[in-house]
Amino acid sequence: MGLDIRWPIGLMFTLIGALLAVFGLTKGSESMSLGININLKWGVVLLAFGLFMLIGAFKGGKNPPSA
Amino acid sequence: MLGIGWALARYMKTSADFLTSARSIPTWVTGLAFISANLGALELVGMAASGAKYGISTAHFYWVGAIPAMIFLAVFMMPFYYGSKARSVPEYLKMRFDERVRALNSVAFAVMTIFASGISMNALAKLLHALLGWDYNVALWVCSGVVLLYVLKGGLTSAIYTEVLQFFMIVLGFAPVVYLGLKDVGGWHKMNSALQTVATDPAAIYINAGTNFAPNAWTSAWQPLVAGPAHNPMGVDVFAMVFGLGFVLSFGYWCTNFLVVQRAMAAKNMTAARNTPLVAAVPKMFFPFLVIVPGMIAAALTTLPDKGYRIPPPVISQANYDKAVAAVKSANYANSRDVAVKSVGDALGAKVDAVKITSLVAATAASKLSDADIQKGLYNSVAENDYDGVILSLVKKYCPAGLLGLALTALLASFMSGMAGNVTAFNTVFTYDLYQAYFAPGRTDRHYFLTGKVITVVGIILSIGAAYFASMYNNCMDIIQLVFGFVNAPLFATFLLGMFWKRTTATGAFLGLFGGIGSSALFHALTIAQGNTPGLKGGYVKVLSIFPSEMAQNFWLASFAFIACFTLTLVISLATSRTKTDVELKGLVYSLTPKIVDNNIPVYQRPAVVGIVLLIVCIILNLIFW
Repeated sequence: MGLDIRWPIGLMFTLIGALLAVFGLTKGSESMSLGININLKWGVVLLAFGLFMLIGAFKGGKNPPSA
Repeated sequence: MLGIGWALARYMKTSADFLTSARSIPTWVTGLAFISANLGALELVGMAASGAKYGISTAHFYWVGAIPAMIFLAVFMMPFYYGSKARSVPEYLKMRFDERVRALNSVAFAVMTIFASGISMNALAKLLHALLGWDYNVALWVCSGVVLLYVLKGGLTSAIYTEVLQFFMIVLGFAPVVYLGLKDVGGWHKMNSALQTVATDPAAIYINAGTNFAPNAWTSAWQPLVAGPAHNPMGVDVFAMVFGLGFVLSFGYWCTNFLVVQRAMAAKNMTAARNTPLVAAVPKMFFPFLVIVPGMIAAALTTLPDKGYRIPPPVISQANYDKAVAAVKSANYANSRDVAVKSVGDALGAKVDAVKITSLVAATAASKLSDADIQKGLYNSVAENDYDGVILSLVKKYCPAGLLGLALTALLASFMSGMAGNVTAFNTVFTYDLYQAYFAPGRTDRHYFLTGKVITVVGIILSIGAAYFASMYNNCMDIIQLVFGFVNAPLFATFLLGMFWKRTTATGAFLGLFGGIGSSALFHALTIAQGNTPGLKGGYVKVLSIFPSEMAQNFWLASFAFIACFTLTLVISLATSRTKTDVELKGLVYSLTPKIVDNNIPVYQRPAVVGIVLLIVCIILNLIFW
């Protein structure tokens, strides 16, 4: 059977979110837009979304991570 | 960031095919796949462009167009598609009518794919020009070269997976831009009051439109339409909007576009298939806030001098800028202002703002401005807008490194797959539906395979031509709707009659479709939009009528083509005799196909019930932004 699409979506956004958040934390001065550290904030949002997708895929039980 | 996107995109290509993995996928996933086929970079660019050029009326593409059409598809047409064996538009037309109708549709479809990829290519080339400073022509040829390699290498094996992924990248990559933009203009209400300034004097920000707008012309969806074509920036009335866009263009797009419809086929059963467009309609309804609001923000920002923002001007080559800088330096302000302004404008090759050029010349004469400063001044003095540039300019303005990478990756990936998808579709239709069927039947597989490769090259070259044509428009949505007016509008009439009236004959459908497309061409040859000179953009035979905007011209063209095709098909069908019996048409015509009974599923899952709820929400949205 095919791949549950929540795996790639979850993996991708967990990764992008984590990277963006770390970038925002370490390079705070380069991450500001209108006085907001948007990289950090949005990185956390993406990370949460990615994890949410991964949890859904995991519970869905199709294609275990080894696939 | 780019690397990650690329690596994952490559990973996705190796994954199993969505369609075959189907029949077990949750409805929300098929629903997303369904809208992913439609929400790409082009939609983002075009809708933001229209948001700036036409204001919130652009939301009618969703609230009058897409949503009702998706509900109609779910409730009435999906049972019929899911039940029938047809898996593509040409296949259906062949089964319902005959070879002639199929061939004509294949030709029209092939032309449409060329334009679709050309429009994307033009938008991408302009994006690269604005982003990296590449020359427009170089960017265009580089893009086409990359697409050629991509298609020849046999990319795009799992289009639907990548599209769903890109859908999320676009939504999640651009949501912060909307948030930051709104924050910058000072919130929704501040944006609206700035847009009232736009409406009172659109010429001040070079929006080529009338002058007698009410203050709410950019911020109310219906009142300016009810007031008449002279009172809204799109220059349309309620009929053109509801019939032209809502009925003909939108129903035509959503109900006959098998690339979209196909995705619902992957659902696990008939109920899920019918619910797929309905699930898709929920996010679709709120897309205007993601894709149109950025355009409105851009128009609003332009009126706030302290923001230092303008809607990007059309592409001007560095050579012309250099010439204009020289012209500014040598202009003798004391002699004649008009002569100075004209010489700068000529050097630049664009319309210029006389007041701004005059003060630029004066400033240059008074103090030694650097060439870069003069060029910046020239950039701000161009009295024309290129609305396609709106979205990128906002991304550059608000996204720091990091987020910028995400947004640009989303755009580039989506453009690439959009172009590759259209070139591949052109290749398939031409090679198998036209070449194999009519010109050279019965050759070896290898022969067709090689033909396909050659056709890919031809397709790319034609797309480049289409891209140059598209570059004449300042809003890619204007030209997309023009192409749909030629191809989808008459086709929808053929479908409607073919599906719901068993008396429709093959000859009627063929001549009707032919006449419909012909009348599009005739309409285009005889009308033009205000501010355009007769030529490729219309009116090349004679100008009988002038529309206030390209979009108004498109809506009327689509209405005209639909009515012409509908009437011709109807009359010719009545005059000719049927060649197919009721038995042959079973499953192809509504009245001859068994109806679905929904009694055995819960009320909240019945498509008709869900559809009505969605329609009510949609009406509420229309009323809020009345």
